Amino acid sequence: MIVKGFLTRAARRDLFVTAGAFILGLALLALFLALAGFNAGTAISALWRGAFGSWYALTSATLVRATPLIVLGLAFTLASRGGTLNIGMEGQFALGATAATWAGLHAGSLPTLIAIPWVLSCGAIAGAAWMLLPVVFRLRFGVTEVITTLLLNFVADAVVSFAVTGPLQEPTHVYPQSATIAVSAQLPKLVDGARMHLGLPIALVLAALLGVLLWRSRWGFTLRAVGAGATAARVSGGIATASVIATALLWSGAIAGLGGAIEVTGVSYALYQNLSPGYGFTAIAVALLGRLQPLGVVVAGLLFGALEAGAGAMQRDAGIPAVAVQVVEAVVILTLVVLTRRGAAER
Amino acid sequence: MTLLSLAHVTKTFGPTLALDNVSLDVAAGEVHALLGENGAGKSTLLHIAYGLLCADAGSMQVGGQPCELFTSPAEARAAGIGMVHQHFTSIPALSVGENIALAAGWPETGKRAERRAASVVARLSLPLDPTALVSALSVQLRQRLEILKALAADARVLLLDEPSAVLAPREVRELLQTLRAFAASGGAVVLITHKLDEVFAAADRVTVLRRGVVTYSSPTAGQTPATLARAMLGADLPRTAPRAAVAGDVVVRAESLTVGSVQAGSFELRAGEIVGVAAIEGNGQRELLRAIVGLDEVGVVGGTLRVTGPVAFVPEDRTTEGLIPEFSLAENVLLGMVDGADRWLNWSAIRARTATLLAEFDVRSGGPDTAASSLSGGNQQKLLFARAFERAPRVLVAEDPTRGLDILATHEIHERLREAASLGIAVIVHSADLDEVLALADRVFVVANGVVREMPAAASRDAVGDAMLGLSPQ
Repeated sequence: MIVKGFLTRAARRDLFVTAGAFILGLALLALFLALAGFNAGTAISALWRGAFGSWYALTSATLVRATPLIVLGLAFTLASRGGTLNIGMEGQFALGATAATWAGLHAGSLPTLIAIPWVLSCGAIAGAAWMLLPVVFRLRFGVTEVITTLLLNFVADAVVSFAVTGPLQEPTHVYPQSATIAVSAQLPKLVDGARMHLGLPIALVLAALLGVLLWRSRWGFTLRAVGAGATAARVSGGIATASVIATALLWSGAIAGLGGAIEVTGVSYALYQNLSPGYGFTAIAVALLGRLQPLGVVVAGLLFGALEAGAGAMQRDAGIPAVAVQVVEAVVILTLVVLTRRGAAER
Repeated sequence: MTLLSLAHVTKTFGPTLALDNVSLDVAAGEVHALLGENGAGKSTLLHIAYGLLCADAGSMQVGGQPCELFTSPAEARAAGIGMVHQHFTSIPALSVGENIALAAGWPETGKRAERRAASVVARLSLPLDPTALVSALSVQLRQRLEILKALAADARVLLLDEPSAVLAPREVRELLQTLRAFAASGGAVVLITHKLDEVFAAADRVTVLRRGVVTYSSPTAGQTPATLARAMLGADLPRTAPRAAVAGDVVVRAESLTVGSVQAGSFELRAGEIVGVAAIEGNGQRELLRAIVGLDEVGVVGGTLRVTGPVAFVPEDRTTEGLIPEFSLAENVLLGMVDGADRWLNWSAIRARTATLLAEFDVRSGGPDTAASSLSGGNQQKLLFARAFERAPRVLVAEDPTRGLDILATHEIHERLREAASLGIAVIVHSADLDEVLALADRVFVVANGVVREMPAAASRDAVGDAMLGLSPQ
């Protein structure tokens, strides 16, 4: 029923186009590897094995990688639907992770049912708080959030760096990382012997929730109206655009912060520097690839998670640098941009 | 002598036949009016004559000499054809002289361009200071600049695409005099217009297009507005039922009101009356109307304004203020009602209601789920009126609601405005077209130079026109 609401004919066509772009990207990667003298067949099969080749690859690599990409892709989607660009998800993710680590370190006495919501909430609140400055700058001084959120990424980096060498450093003060968070604050594993954790269902529920809110609620409608036509929303809808923009940005920051908290409580159990290997930027591609539709973001997140998981296997088994996968990602996005442009021109 | 002759021109856009075997002859000394509904092919024909579009078939003669159809405006200009477009094409940051030099393709720039332009201005006896910045010019003078640009390269044929849409009545009269003078000096003029009175005031001959076919071409003398309207529509314009003005309760009350920089003064508007606001763009009518709507972009800075809601608003700019083009029609209907919507949206009800409205208001569309961008201007405007009525308003404010619409769509919008008044809604309608205001309104307000005043009921058309220009009554 939910799917029926936002999977319009156009959305189905978008999904089809996305899948086509992905296959084309893989084909071009194979061609590129063959030209470079690698055995393309070996490479692609290693990529496949690393991503879907075994139950273990799927549940311990692909789905684990996909989780933060989906969550952050949803954060970007929400902001974009409200007409704003959140380029600072990397920073909000880091702040969310930091806050969740702090809360998780002090959650030893709490039962799991309370500890996990508490720790995740701390992450979301920190992510939203990290967005306060961009919101104020945008609404008070007209400074675009593209600049402020991007710059705050570097500040967030410094905050994490300070935290793991200062207040949150592990007790021996040797390594630049935090101690392990309390067991009660760790997300439960879903499958025995696999790294997949509760974060994935949380991400899926979040996607469904976002879909319903954006397309079924008045709140979501005003948000989309401001994003698609701010002047018409104000003049014809009497919508207070400033408060909608603030809401979109703050919730986007909260979701990104939640993403960081899920990564700490589900995967790393501790805070490190560079906890995110660029999830905050890859997720922009995920969201665009998913055509800013929650279901599309889930599909795109799974595909990108698979690519990243497969890249590791490709490096191990075929000796091809993992960055080659970024070529696929770039090809996919460029193909999609070209196809969408052409589609728009034809309409 | 025939200066411009187009013969058997055919043009298709995809599956649409825009012009079907159309011929047009314009003689020296002649002003030739080109009439037709939106989409009839008037602009297409002039664009082909000016080399902006390539025809599929057809031939042309210029000055009696057969020549190939033009493939670029540069060729047209070299052959002595100039065009004034529907929208201004001058660069506001440059001077009048520099704009003329750009249009005529002169190598001069700056002061030298202005000196050379001065000679053109003198030759054409269209007074305009070549050193003035375009951004400082009034609408009328900008229009004059467009004509100067079109004629600067010694054009003998002048094509004009709806040049009068932005002008006040007195300015229109001056424009038509200019065109007549140009024709009298041996030039030829082709004039696209929607306004039949302009045809009778200035044109020697008239050609009517309907759906790409010439339905009528003859001297103007002996024709009546009714015969021309029938040629345009293929049928008579429906009759307008007389409406008795019924003034009900006061729904808008202003006392010593100042909005933004506009002195609106004191007035009362009553349910069931149509109040026409006559004003030329940029005189303060926008502030006045939007203050009544309650938009926060203009503040009430003095006095009081009481408005009994709900208020419905049809804004000037359909596609950026009225509609969200990429949204569906159902979403756009919801947009106008969103303040009263439930927390959770019932899309099947909204879609069903939209479908009903589309049928009731005769909006030609592919249904509630099609994008608003796919509608024509007239249908977009009908959708906006449907949405406005749906609010069950006490006050309806419409800004220039028929701008760019053809005769039939204009007629339908006028009927809706009258219908609103008869339903007991106080209707406030602004138009830059004085005749439209006079035809609709029970009371006429004029906004000029930031001052609002009501015209006496007996005021003549010229008195209102002068007031629009800020001239004091003689």
